[in-house]
Amino acid sequence: MSVRTVLHQADISRALTRIAHEILESNRGADGLVLLGIPTRGVTLGHRLAALISEIAQVSVPVGSLDVTLFRDDLAKHPTRSPQPTEIPPGGIDGKTVVLVDDVLFSGRSIRAALDALQSIGRPAVVRLAILIDRGHRELPIRPDFVGKNIPSARTERVNVRLFENDGAEEVTIGE
Amino acid sequence: MRHLLDTRTLDRATALRILDVAEDMADTQSREVKKLPTLRGKTVVNLFFEDSTRTRISFEAAAKRLSADVINFAAKGSSVSKGESLKDTAQTLEAIGADAVVVRHPGSGAPQTLATSGWISAGVVNAGDGTHEHPTQALLDAFTIRKRRFGADSRGRDLSGLRVTIVGDVLHSRVARSNVWLLTTLGAEVTLVSPPTLVPQNVSLWPVRVVYDLDEALAEGPDAVMMLRIQLERMNAAYFPTEREYSRRWGLDARRVAALPGGSIVLHPGPMNRGLEISSEAADSPRSTVLEQVSNGVSVRMAVLYLLLAGERDDERGGDL
Repeated sequence: MSVRTVLHQADISRALTRIAHEILESNRGADGLVLLGIPTRGVTLGHRLAALISEIAQVSVPVGSLDVTLFRDDLAKHPTRSPQPTEIPPGGIDGKTVVLVDDVLFSGRSIRAALDALQSIGRPAVVRLAILIDRGHRELPIRPDFVGKNIPSARTERVNVRLFENDGAEEVTIGE
Repeated sequence: MRHLLDTRTLDRATALRILDVAEDMADTQSREVKKLPTLRGKTVVNLFFEDSTRTRISFEAAAKRLSADVINFAAKGSSVSKGESLKDTAQTLEAIGADAVVVRHPGSGAPQTLATSGWISAGVVNAGDGTHEHPTQALLDAFTIRKRRFGADSRGRDLSGLRVTIVGDVLHSRVARSNVWLLTTLGAEVTLVSPPTLVPQNVSLWPVRVVYDLDEALAEGPDAVMMLRIQLERMNAAYFPTEREYSRRWGLDARRVAALPGGSIVLHPGPMNRGLEISSEAADSPRSTVLEQVSNGVSVRMAVLYLLLAGERDDERGGDL
């Protein structure tokens, strides 16, 4: 089966703008918001969302990254992964509303690991999940709060998110 | 990575990978909860046939921070003192279910034997063998030099252009050997300073320069000065006339430290013989990285255990790293 593009550049940017509005709406403003992206592309998306939220609400939103490698439960099933840096904004996460940002939600295992990683850093008041693509096939009881697009997929298919900052192109493709 | 036996055969990419993972490990050690679940269910055996405080404690801390189970085995008070061979000890560890064996042994090459003999399937980490190598010490020294030089910007960098002077008992020092290989692989220029009696015979084959006068070497303004411990327990011959003379000619005192250029640092692998190879003023000066080396040691050993144990086993895939 061939590879087809399911989201183009304009679709991605529209989806992110909508998520930014939804985050502000559900949080009733930008107070106490902290965005944490999950490496690699979640960090890029986190920074874009922070910029959008700052533009809409006219206040700057702390943004950082949260590496989950050391908390994964499937390390022994893959060649050794290299951890990525974790950067927590200076204000910390205690008592904050943390929004985890990732590109694709699949099994839910990265998010489970992210929740454990958060625990070792502090105690947020609320944790939310923003995702660009939800492709289904969850293996754990985890659901996103903000979704860019639901893309039904077969387990064997590959959903590939490419972003300008990481890949020099901007699109979401699905294929074998 | 299957084993870590030496730094001589460690290539630049692998060395940098260990140092970069150690950066991530160091970051986690400033968190509220320092313990990571990464190696839950793995067993690490510290197999020490020779006395050690900091290396053993450092490996133990590293394994525990990663949630591995740790079994400490010291040759004194064990069946080794009843005459058990390395092979039988190794097979016992295999039967216990060790995933990694951290071994220190007075015989050069013992970790290599353990890793290649087929007695055990566990990963082997050399924690110092005879006068051969002590790879994790060299890695933590390189990490410390890089961290002091580049700070938060350390990831991915090597030590190109940096000049490191290693001073003291090179002959008996596995730390010096491991550092010579690793530091040159990472692009640093290494100078050895030592009394002629404590320079190994084959040193002309090493990628280093040898100087016999400490003041001459320090006048060149090295970026890092690494003081080696005088290993009195290995000295069964007269290598220098008196301790006082050694200390005067090759010891790092306050005057010599003060003459170093601004950014230079002083390393010592410990334990220090204060007043012999290093004076108290030098050991406690702001240039001294002795305590940083200890905490960096935990991060580096966490990185090594992670790379050895966390991923799918290499032998099951036939790849390296």
